[in-house]
This record gives sequence, C-alpha cells and structure tokens, in this order.
Amino acid sequence: MSDTADKVVSQRSSEVAIEMAGVNKWYGAFHALRDIDLTVNRGERIVICGPSGSGKSTLIRCVNALESHQSGRIVVDGIELTHDLRRIDEVRRETGMVFQSFNLFPHLTVLENCTLAPIWVRKMPKRDAEGIAMQLLERVRIPEQAAKYPGQLSGGQQQRVAIARALCMRPKIMLFDEPTSALDPEMIKEVLDVIVDLATDGMTMVVVTHEMGFARQVADRIVFMADGQIVEVGEPEPFFTAPRHARTREFLGQVLR
Amino acid sequence: MAPRNFVRTEIIPAQPPPAGTLGPLAWLRAHLFSTPANAAITILAVLFLAWTIPPLIRWAFVDAVWTGENREACVGAGACWAFVRAKFDLFMYGQYPPAQHWRVNVVGLLFVAGLVPMAIPAIPGKRWTVLYLLVVFPVAAFILLRGGMFGLTDVPTTRWGGLLVTLVVAVTGIVIAFPLGVLLALARRSRLPLIRVLATGLIEIWRGVPLVTVLFMASVMLPIFLPSGVTIDKLLRAIIGIGVFYSAYMAEVIRGGLQSIPRGQYEGAMALGLSGLQRTWLVVLPQALTISIPGIVNTIIALFKDTSLVLIIALYDLLGMIQSATNDSNWAVAQVPASGYAFAAVIYWALCFSMSRYSLFIERRRAAGRPR
Repeated sequence: MSDTADKVVSQRSSEVAIEMAGVNKWYGAFHALRDIDLTVNRGERIVICGPSGSGKSTLIRCVNALESHQSGRIVVDGIELTHDLRRIDEVRRETGMVFQSFNLFPHLTVLENCTLAPIWVRKMPKRDAEGIAMQLLERVRIPEQAAKYPGQLSGGQQQRVAIARALCMRPKIMLFDEPTSALDPEMIKEVLDVIVDLATDGMTMVVVTHEMGFARQVADRIVFMADGQIVEVGEPEPFFTAPRHARTREFLGQVLR
Repeated sequence: MAPRNFVRTEIIPAQPPPAGTLGPLAWLRAHLFSTPANAAITILAVLFLAWTIPPLIRWAFVDAVWTGENREACVGAGACWAFVRAKFDLFMYGQYPPAQHWRVNVVGLLFVAGLVPMAIPAIPGKRWTVLYLLVVFPVAAFILLRGGMFGLTDVPTTRWGGLLVTLVVAVTGIVIAFPLGVLLALARRSRLPLIRVLATGLIEIWRGVPLVTVLFMASVMLPIFLPSGVTIDKLLRAIIGIGVFYSAYMAEVIRGGLQSIPRGQYEGAMALGLSGLQRTWLVVLPQALTISIPGIVNTIIALFKDTSLVLIIALYDLLGMIQSATNDSNWAVAQVPASGYAFAAVIYWALCFSMSRYSLFIERRRAAGRPR
C-alpha cells in the first residue's frame, strides 16, 4: 500500500519542480499571500507579474524559504519545506536565486563570488569549482572580469555575475526576483539576453519581472497577482491579447502603452 | 542665442584649465589663504609654532646633557638624557636579572619575526604565520620569559618590568580582547534571547565600570574569593582584566560594523545554501571587520596606553619604572622627571602612531579597487 503511494509521489515529483498548495503568509496582521496554489513543472518557465505590493516577491522568496509561510504546503524538487533547517538547506542547494540588488559579495572577486558556495557547500575542490565558474562566466559573457571586484563592474555586468554565481551550484530551478529593476535602461538587454539563453536551454525558472516584452518572449505561462492572490494564470498569447479578469485588464492597460 | 535645433558635427577635446588654478601658489591660496579668516588663522598658527618649537628644540637637543654619572651632570636648563641612558635597562626590562636580558631580546626578535610577515601583505604563507603567532610564539615566549624549565633560570613575574611588562600586557590583552569582542558582538545580535541578554549584560557591565576599578578588583578582591592556597599571578590577573574590559569596547565597535552589512548580503549567502556559521565567517565578518578597522585600531591604541594603569596595582610597566626611577636620590635634580616623562611619551607615541599609520595603510588597501 504505502509502497505504491511512495511511487506515486516520486513519480509526480519527477515531473513537478515546485508545488504550492493553499499557501498563506502574514506580516504581522497584513495578509501577504492568500491561498496560493501553483504548480511549476520541470523545464517550465513561469513569469510572475503584478502591481507592487501584490506579493510577487514574497511568493518567490517562499520557494527557497527566504520567507517562511504560515500555512499550506510548498514542495520543491520533491522536498517539502518545513521548519527543518536541513530541508531548507537542501532546497536552497537545488535552487538558484538572482536578486534585484545583485547581492554580490563586495569583499570577494568575481571568481571567488562564483566558487564560494561550490567549495563550501558542495565541498568541491577549488580547482574544479574555478573551472566550472570560468565556464559559466563565459556563458554570461564576462570571463575577462573574473579577477575584478563587483564594485568595479557596471550594474548589468554585476547582475550577470550574480546569474553565473547562482548557476555554479548547478541548480535545478532558477528564481529571478526583478532581475532588471535596478539597472540602467542601457543594461537591461544584456541581462535579459542571458536569461533568455538560459530559458532556451530548458532550465526550470520562475521570474518576477515588469518586462512584458521578455515575458511574452520566454514564458510558458504568466501568473498575474494582485493583493496577495493569484488573479489569473495563462499562456502569454491569450494573457496579453484576451485577459479574462477585470483586474488583469486594468493592469495591462497601465503597463502596455 | 542658441539655435532651436542643433546637431553636433565635431567632438570638443578636453582643454587645460585657466591659468592660476594649478601650481604651488594656487595651492597656498586655496588651502591657507582662501578667506581673510583663514589667512588670519594661518598666520596665528605660524606665530604659535615659531614661539613654541625653537625652545623645545633648544631643551631637547641644544642644551641637553647626553652623558653623565649622576645629578651633577644635569644642573643646566636642558633635558637630562644622561638619566635615561643610565636607567635604560631598567626602563626596558625592570628588575629582570641583567644576565638573563638576552631571553627578553630573543622573545622580542621572535615577535618581530612573526609580526613582519604578518603585516606585509605581499609575503605569502599567512596561514603559517598566524599559526606561528598564535601557537608557537606564545609558548616559546612564555618558556623563555618565565624560565624554570629547560635549564632556564626561574624569573618570577614580580621581577618583570618596564617596556617588557607594557608589551606583554598590551599584546596579550589585545589577543584576548579582539576574539572575545567578535564573539560578544555576534552574541549580542543572536536570535536566541538567552545568548543576546547574556552578551548585552556582560558588555554593559564591563563598559559601565572604570578600568581602575577592574584592576583593583583583580588585584585585591579576586584573591578573597579564591579558595585559600590558590593564587593566580598578579600580572596574569591584570592582563585578563584589561583584555576582558576592552573586549566590551571591541564588541560595540564590531557590532557597528555588523549592523552596516545590508540584509541582501545575508540573503545572497542564504540563497546559495551557506549555513549560518558559513554566512557569518565567509560573508558577514570579513566585511564587518573591514568596516570596523578604524574603531578596532582606536580601541587597540586605547588599550595600549591604558596598560600604564597597571602601576596602581604595583606592577611596574614602562611609565611606572620611569616614575620610580625619578625618585632615585642620585638623580634628584629638576630636569630628570621631565626628561623621563618625555622619553616615555616618545616611546608611547612612536608605537601608537605606527599602529595608526598601519591601519590607514590596510584600510586604503582593502578599499582599493572596490568602491561600493
């Protein structure tokens, strides 16, 4: 009996990357996430959009437990997030995250930023970690900056380093929390190009962004959030051309000019 | 009037600035005589220096007495350096037996041998240097200074004195205060209330008590509480007192650095799967300590100078030795105390100033190449 149940779970978890069911979160009395149900399949690219304060960032930060949820279930790569710190660390090893403010370590060089976690978390020999890091820095097109410190790079370059740093852990899932919101207009494209490149490679990813052109280009599904809840989920074409919910239409009317 | 529409056809190359904004004259005008008030201050400062510096030079060098056996040499108006020369060994070693002075010198050399490769960033093998300074050197220094083993004559700490005591108290005090300060600072920011309350309590208690009180407690009250027969060396008690006292100040300085690390740094480290200890050790502390360098060095310099307070519990450090030597009736003459204190001031200043300059060098080095 329990044998078959286990099999069903493991089979499902092999296709499902992230499952959120009935997730609720409060900041004090403020109800930030309300009954969130969302399943992300392996290889799927999800874009989350919505007005500020709608809970997009909170939702994505719950996936790797940077925020804790108070009720409901979150299962990432077959591991259910509880208060157990070991599980949280396990999930964080399998998910990479890119932040709006880069969060690179300013006291380490670009290469050291990339090798820190593989060496200390994955216990990888330094030489191997550096090999992988250089490969990924090449992939984000800045191998020549490896010896510099983050403060010497432009915003767009820093964000590409941050992407390479996350990829160095060989994550199964990538989370992007407004990766281009802090960038000068001239640098947005170089970062989006790298993310598009990753998307075409089949990486499972969840992206919070205001870049609607990008969303249309790469998303398999778009999740629209408002007031801490998911208002509409749909494929890009119908989502942009024929949004069903009034709140979605209002939002799109504001952002698409 | 500018045209309404315009398209640039050539780029303007950079031009040199107008005459009179570069060169020494322009510098003088900008920095010393920029306004009438500044000009007045400049002139007053120059007059003040002209009034004070020449007499000082005359006292310290021109009229100074450099050689002599006793007070008769020093009846003039100049400094009595002959006194410092005659008592030099006393100022350096205290009552340490003269035949054993070589042991102190060897310890000094061993210390420099560790300090130089540690202090110069270009010298590789920092890991081994740290190991040497924290393990090999203290053991060797203790055996050499204290003796009583390996055929070395026993020299009780009551005979140690002068600069030797100053440096032993300062160096050991810093070695206690710094790591303890880091731990207290981290503990004060702990999420566990018990640890936080304990750390806060310790810091506030030590900071709320004058160092003199701590030293008196260590010297007078501690023996009362210890079971009879148990004695702890007085020098050791003073060192622990000073080390723990300054760890509270160190903790507050480092806490300031910890607070300036943005939340994103913790989150970036968390998202990579680094454990709590790794986040602190690899990401947060290196940045917090770099930011805190000025405050840390400030605390170290204060500690160094406050070692002179051990005099009040009858330990004779550099200043204590100089003071007691001025009471020597062989040298009872007006210029002797001033000369002795001037000598002490020069040594303290030279050591503190070097520390201050070195910290500036490290700050610049760490800041170089990575503007925030």
